[in-house]
Amino acid sequence: MANLTIKNLKKSFGDIEILKGIDLEIKDNEFVVFVGPSGCGKSTLLRSIAGLEDVTSGHIMLDHKEITDLAPAKRDLAMVFQSYALYPHMSVRKNMSFALELAKENKEVISTKVSEAARILELEPLLERKPKELSGGQRQRVAIGRAIVRQPKVFLFDEPLSNLDAALRVQMRLELARLHHDLNATMIYVTHDQVEAMTLADKVVVLNQGRIEQVGTPLELYRNPANRFVAGFLGMPKMSFLPGNVTAIDASSVTVELTSGASVTLPAASEHLRKGSAVTVGVRPENIDVVEPSESSLTGYMDIAESLGSDTYCYVKTDGQETLTVRMPGNFACNYGDRIGLRLHVDECHLFDEQGNAVQKPSRMAA
Amino acid sequence: MLSLKQRRSLNTLLMGVLAWGVALAIFFPIFWMLLTSFKTEIDAFATPPQLFFSPTLENYTLVNERSDYLHFAWNSVVVSFGSTIIGMMLAVPAAYSMAFFETKRTKGTLLWMLSTKMLPPVGVLVPIYLLFKDTGLLDTKTGLVIIYTLINLPIMIWMAYTYFKEIPKEVLEAARMDGSTLFQEIWRVLLPMSKGGLAATVLLSLILSWNEAFWSLNLTASEAAPLTALIASYSSPEGLFWAKLSAVSTLACAPILIFGWISQKQLVRGLSFGAVK
Ligand SMILES: Nc1ncnc2c1ncn2[C@@H]1O[C@H](COP(=O)(O)OP(=O)(O)OP(=O)(O)O)[C@@H](O)[C@H]1O
Ligand SMILES: [Mg+2]
Repeated sequence: MANLTIKNLKKSFGDIEILKGIDLEIKDNEFVVFVGPSGCGKSTLLRSIAGLEDVTSGHIMLDHKEITDLAPAKRDLAMVFQSYALYPHMSVRKNMSFALELAKENKEVISTKVSEAARILELEPLLERKPKELSGGQRQRVAIGRAIVRQPKVFLFDEPLSNLDAALRVQMRLELARLHHDLNATMIYVTHDQVEAMTLADKVVVLNQGRIEQVGTPLELYRNPANRFVAGFLGMPKMSFLPGNVTAIDASSVTVELTSGASVTLPAASEHLRKGSAVTVGVRPENIDVVEPSESSLTGYMDIAESLGSDTYCYVKTDGQETLTVRMPGNFACNYGDRIGLRLHVDECHLFDEQGNAVQKPSRMAA
Repeated sequence: MLSLKQRRSLNTLLMGVLAWGVALAIFFPIFWMLLTSFKTEIDAFATPPQLFFSPTLENYTLVNERSDYLHFAWNSVVVSFGSTIIGMMLAVPAAYSMAFFETKRTKGTLLWMLSTKMLPPVGVLVPIYLLFKDTGLLDTKTGLVIIYTLINLPIMIWMAYTYFKEIPKEVLEAARMDGSTLFQEIWRVLLPMSKGGLAATVLLSLILSWNEAFWSLNLTASEAAPLTALIASYSSPEGLFWAKLSAVSTLACAPILIFGWISQKQLVRGLSFGAVK
C-alpha cells in the first residue's frame, strides 16, 4: 500500500516562492508523471516528497501518516537521480546492496534480492564493475536497480532518461513501463519529455510556475485541456491558437470571428461569454483539413513543410498572419507559397476565454 | 623556422630544465645541510666551502650523547599526530556543513577563518602565553596539540571544503534516501569519495605541525619540547657549531622527509586540488 497525499504544500527558497500550494492525491500502484516547463518546480516538488528539501508549509502524508518532517532515510521512498548519483567507490553489486546493508538485512536475503534485480535489469555480467566502467544506459539501470532492491513504498524519478541518447531512451522507457507493470509499484516521475509523459503515465500532473494547472489521464489532458497552458504544453507539434472575437452565441455554440475575418462556429456552452468577448480558438494539427481556397473562408499560404515520412507537418500562414500547424499524410505534396483553404474540425476545436480558461463544451459533447 | 613538432619538444625540454632547476634550488639547502652534518666543525667553516672532504660521524655521536633525541622525536610525533587527528575530526564536519549546506554566510566564514592566518603569531604571543601559564598548559604536549590544532584548522577546513565541493551532492542525497544516518553518509560515502584529498590534508597538517617552531619554542621548555626546539637548543649558548647544528637538523627533518617521500603521490594528487584525476 502506498497512498500519497499532498496538502497545500508550499516551498520558498529565500524570498522566492517556488511551490505555491500544491494539492495532490497519488493512489497505490499509480504511475504519476509531473510535467511542466523548465524551472516550474517539478524537481523541487519531487525533492520535497523525498524529504531532501524542507517544505515551508503544508503536509505530505504517506498512507495517512504524516511524513512532512521525517528524514529522507525514514520515509521508505527510493529516488533515481538524473545524474544517476551512483557511489563511485563501490561496485555495482555494492551500490545495489548498500541500502539493504544499512537496513541490517541478512546476507542471504541481500544476495537474493540483488541477483533478482540484476536479472530483471540484465546487469548480471556487470555486478563487479565500478560505475565509471559502465556506459550511460548501464549506469541508469544500476540506479534503477538500487531503487528496486529496496522495494520502497514509492519510486521517485527525476528525469532519469534525459542523459541518454534517443534510441536508448525509447528502450529504457519501455523497460520502465514493464517494470511498473511487474513491480506493481507506485511511481512518481518527473520529465519534460511529452512522449514519456503520455506513454508512461496513468496520471499526468501539469505544473506551471509552482502551481498545478491540471491533473488527469494523458488522454483527458490531451482531449480536454483545462486551459490554454495545458493545451499548448501537451501535443507535438503544438496546438495552434487563433485569436478572435465572439460574434454570436446560443445555448450550444459560439461563433467566433478570427483576425483574418473568417468565422467559425464551435460547440460551446458558456455563461460568461458575451458578444464581443475576446477568445482564442485552439486547434491541433490533426484537426485541420487542407481544401481548395474557394471551399473555405479561412485561407492562407503554405509556409514550410516538414516531411517525416509517415506524416508531413505543414506550417501555414493565414491571411490574418496567424501560424497554423497542419498534419497531412506523408505523401502530401505542396509547395512553398501555395494558396490553400483550411477547414477546422469544429467539434474537436478548443475555445479559451480571455483568461485562457477552456470554455466548456455542451454536455452532450463532453468526452 | 622550427616545425610544430620541434617547437613542442623544445618546449618540453625547456620546461624540464626549468622544473629541475627549481627542484634543485629548493633541495639545495637540504643537501648542504646533509653534507655539512658529515663535516668536522673546521671543514664546515672553511671558505670557500668544500664539496669534497673526509666524512665523519662524530657530530651525530656528539648530538646523541648530549641530548635524548628519542625524547624530542616522540614529542614531535605525539603533537603532530595528535593535532592532526583532532583537527581532522573538527575539519571534516565543518567542511561538510559548509560544502553541502551552504548559507549566505559560508563564504564569509571561510574567508574569516583564513584571515586568522594573516595575523603574525607574535601578535598574540603574550595573551596565549599567559593563558597557557594560568591553565597549566605550558610545556605540556596537550598545550602544543591544542595550539597546533587551532593554527592548522583553517587550512584543513579550507582544503577539505575544496575537495567536498567537487563531490556531487546527489550522491550524498542518494545515500540519505538509501537510509544512511548522518554518520554513515559521511563515513561510508563522503570520506571514501574524497580520500585522496583528505590524505593530502592530513599530510599537510602533519608537516606543518612537525615543522612548527614559533609556538613550540615559546611554549615549551624541556618536558614537551619537540624536535624543532632541539634544533634551536644547538644554536645558542656556546656560539654557532655549524656541523652539529646540521646534524641535529638532519635528524629532525629525516622522519618527515621520509614520510613525505613515501606519500608524495597522494600529496601531489591532493595538492593539485583534484585537477589531476
Ligand atoms: N536550492 C535552491 N535555491 C534557490 N532556488 C532554487 C533552488 N533549487 C531550485 N531553485 C529554483 O526553483 C525553481 C524551480 O526549480 P526546479 O529545479 O524545481 O525546476 P524544474 O521544474 O525541475 O526544472 P527543470 O525542468 O529545468 O529541471 C527554479 O526557478 C530554480 O531556480
Ligand atoms: Mg528538474
